[in-house]
Amino acid sequence: MLRVEAVTKRFSGLVANEDVSFDVGAGQIVGLIGPNGAGKTTLFNCIAGFFPPSSGDIRLDGVRIAGLRPEQCAKAGVGRTFQIARTFTSMTTRQNVMVGALLRDRRVRHARRDADALLDFVGLSKSADRAAGSLTISEQRRLALARALATKPRILLMDEVMAGLNPSEVREAVDVVLRIRERGIACLIVEHVLEGIMPIADRIVVLDDGRKIADGTPAEVSNDPAVIAAYLGD
Amino acid sequence: MNATAPTATIVDPPLGRRASATQVAMIATALVAAALLPLVVTSPSRLNLAILVLMAAQLGVAWNIVGGYAGQISLGHAAFFGVGAYTATILFMNHGVSPWLGIPLGGLVAASIGVIVGWPCFRLKGHYFAMATIAIAEIVQIFFTNWEYAGAAVGLSLPMTQRGWSVMIFNDKASYYWLALGLLVFSLAVNFVIEKSFLGYYFRAIKDEPDAARSLGVGLLVFKQIALFASSFLTALGGGLYAFKELYIDPPSVLSTGLSIKMALAAILGGVGTLFGPLVGGVVLTAIEEGSRSFFGGSGRGTDLILYALIIIGVAIYYPRGIVGWFVERRARRQAKSLRSEVVDVAG
Amino acid sequence: MPTTDILLQTLLSGILIGLIYALVAIGLTIIFGVMDVVNFSHGEFLMLGMYSSFWLFALFALDPILTLPLTTMILFAFGYALYRLVIRRITDAPMLSQIFTTFGLMILLRGLAQFFWKPDFRSITHSSVEGTLSIGGIQIGMPQFVAGIGAIVVTVAVHQFITRTKTGAALEATASDRDAARLMGIDSQKMFALAWGLGAACAGVAGGLLSTFFPIFPEVGANFILIAFVVVNLGGFGSIAGAFWAGIIVGLVEVFGGLLIGPQYKLAIVLALFLAMLMWRPQGLLGKA
Repeated sequence: MLRVEAVTKRFSGLVANEDVSFDVGAGQIVGLIGPNGAGKTTLFNCIAGFFPPSSGDIRLDGVRIAGLRPEQCAKAGVGRTFQIARTFTSMTTRQNVMVGALLRDRRVRHARRDADALLDFVGLSKSADRAAGSLTISEQRRLALARALATKPRILLMDEVMAGLNPSEVREAVDVVLRIRERGIACLIVEHVLEGIMPIADRIVVLDDGRKIADGTPAEVSNDPAVIAAYLGD
Repeated sequence: MNATAPTATIVDPPLGRRASATQVAMIATALVAAALLPLVVTSPSRLNLAILVLMAAQLGVAWNIVGGYAGQISLGHAAFFGVGAYTATILFMNHGVSPWLGIPLGGLVAASIGVIVGWPCFRLKGHYFAMATIAIAEIVQIFFTNWEYAGAAVGLSLPMTQRGWSVMIFNDKASYYWLALGLLVFSLAVNFVIEKSFLGYYFRAIKDEPDAARSLGVGLLVFKQIALFASSFLTALGGGLYAFKELYIDPPSVLSTGLSIKMALAAILGGVGTLFGPLVGGVVLTAIEEGSRSFFGGSGRGTDLILYALIIIGVAIYYPRGIVGWFVERRARRQAKSLRSEVVDVAG
Repeated sequence: MPTTDILLQTLLSGILIGLIYALVAIGLTIIFGVMDVVNFSHGEFLMLGMYSSFWLFALFALDPILTLPLTTMILFAFGYALYRLVIRRITDAPMLSQIFTTFGLMILLRGLAQFFWKPDFRSITHSSVEGTLSIGGIQIGMPQFVAGIGAIVVTVAVHQFITRTKTGAALEATASDRDAARLMGIDSQKMFALAWGLGAACAGVAGGLLSTFFPIFPEVGANFILIAFVVVNLGGFGSIAGAFWAGIIVGLVEVFGGLLIGPQYKLAIVLALFLAMLMWRPQGLLGKA
């Protein structure tokens, strides 16, 4: 579904990603891991349109999305969350999700209905009318997921949804991700919290220093000596 | 850094909740009372004061669409006001075009200029954008000051040969009052419709978190342009009305940076991003100006400036959410407190 | 086609006024560089410097060039105090608050000047730098010439302070990374206050130098604040060297634009340059983006 082909991203002299290639199939959960500075978020930003890759190609269901602007990527079916939740603080929880829903249907009434359904899906119905800025970090992360889901994406890019959460919150997040997969949405997840991502991922892609050093099942990757070296040497 | 007004934990009531029956009744009553005011207040100077309030409020409402809701701090809106005033005046004086057509045309001219100018400017962030708006407005003022066709520095005086509704020139103040009231209500209606529609949600998203908005499919430029179009159109309508009320316009009176600041201030004092904020702001602003002018005398000693400035600074530092915002926040805090005490009751 | 003499005259006067613009802009860029705040009231520091010179002259018959150091210190103290009393409350406030606070200050200072000193135009009728200077057939006013020299001297002094002293280094550190500087033990609040003092002093000196030939009135800052913005932007926010060269460029653009297109359009031409810069190279010639 998502094909990343030989993507390289350079920033005036610094090579953040080099010749990275991998696929994410429909309904798969793919984890993107690697030590700090490996270029994971840069890659995300390329896929989501926040900057164009310096070279290489990115395709969604065969259609080229490399170089499209973020809003165009969203329309094409790429949803994403950010490391910092970036909640719309002047709106309520429900209204935040509505912003996402309005992409597919400009009618506010319908967007409200869709938003309520999604809030229920992520378990935030009780807070629907609260100021979104007053939610906890873990709740704001789930809100960000609901918001992105409202745009009816085909693939959802999640940037460190589990960072800084306590174990029960991590389990909640894992639960939501699994339910997203059940809906047939592919998930590409950048994660440091390995206990969260390893158990649920279909495949893991490991980046180090901008390059892909491993690509396989969680079991294969955790036994890969190159991967172990990368993490230990960090 | 992005140019947003502070929006921590409060949410403005109009967006999302249906207006209750009492709210609708209150608004209807206020409207009727406002419409009937000239029948009760007959002194021309008092009525003029009321007109100034309405006009200040209307300009604040217009600015609020792009500055308060969409978060794009424009400090050059006087350019639209002036273009509206000059367009309507020139069309009337040189081509006999009725203000009923000329003023809306002025609105379109101003809005078009806004779109052209917005294209490159909306890429700028934060203070760069604000400074660009100041620079553009100054250039427009210099341009008009040197344009003979538009009266240059001397300005334009509208002929008083004709009177009546067809030319929008009256002897009495009451008719101007109703025009100003009508324009204000129209501007509020536009604002209300925008706020309730998907545009309202998109504008706020752009103001709060532009990158997140983009990731949800919201193109920043297109929606900022829409906000600016509506805002500049309404501002220019205000300029047109001003021209036909004062019957004299010149660059300092309709294009100055001071005027731009006042438009923004009416919205900020009252509460950016709220529907009725600019109304409150317009009242307070006019009260300050006229009050200090009559109280301290127009001796040119700058006392009104001092008072004005202290209020601006005070609001900027302590009440950035404006008067209405302060009320809303107080209510939100009370709600949160009662919610917490409920929880304590249950737990205890 | 203007004669060579006129061209040279224009060139020289452009450079001289440009040096003054540079000095004002350096103050503005220091404030912005260190704490990311755009000071809309910066022109009023210039105005206060002019009035300081004027009153020392009018009341005590002191020569404005002689009183420059005193004016500098007065404005430094004023800027420092302004930070401690007002600005520190908005260092981390949203941009709207920052813009309107400094804007409010602008109006307040103008109003106070009008209130205490009346809106009349004043001038320093005689000073040690009166008269004209002849350089190779071109006439330039002595005060303008001295002002230009003075501006260069102060610019160099400020540059040396920033690059050669420990405090200057601390200021630079705070400018590039406030939190890292704090971790190294540099007190941000002190640095911010220092930046304001220094910024005000630069504008104040410029005012003192200007007062020998420019009319003094409460709104005089308005002429300079917009140009100061343009210069700071052209030179790059936070770059002193940038502000210096940009000041000269803007001075030249202004006078040559006035010569070629018309003096009433001088400001418009400078502003058009500003807008062009914002579009194509917002970080300026030497600025950090």
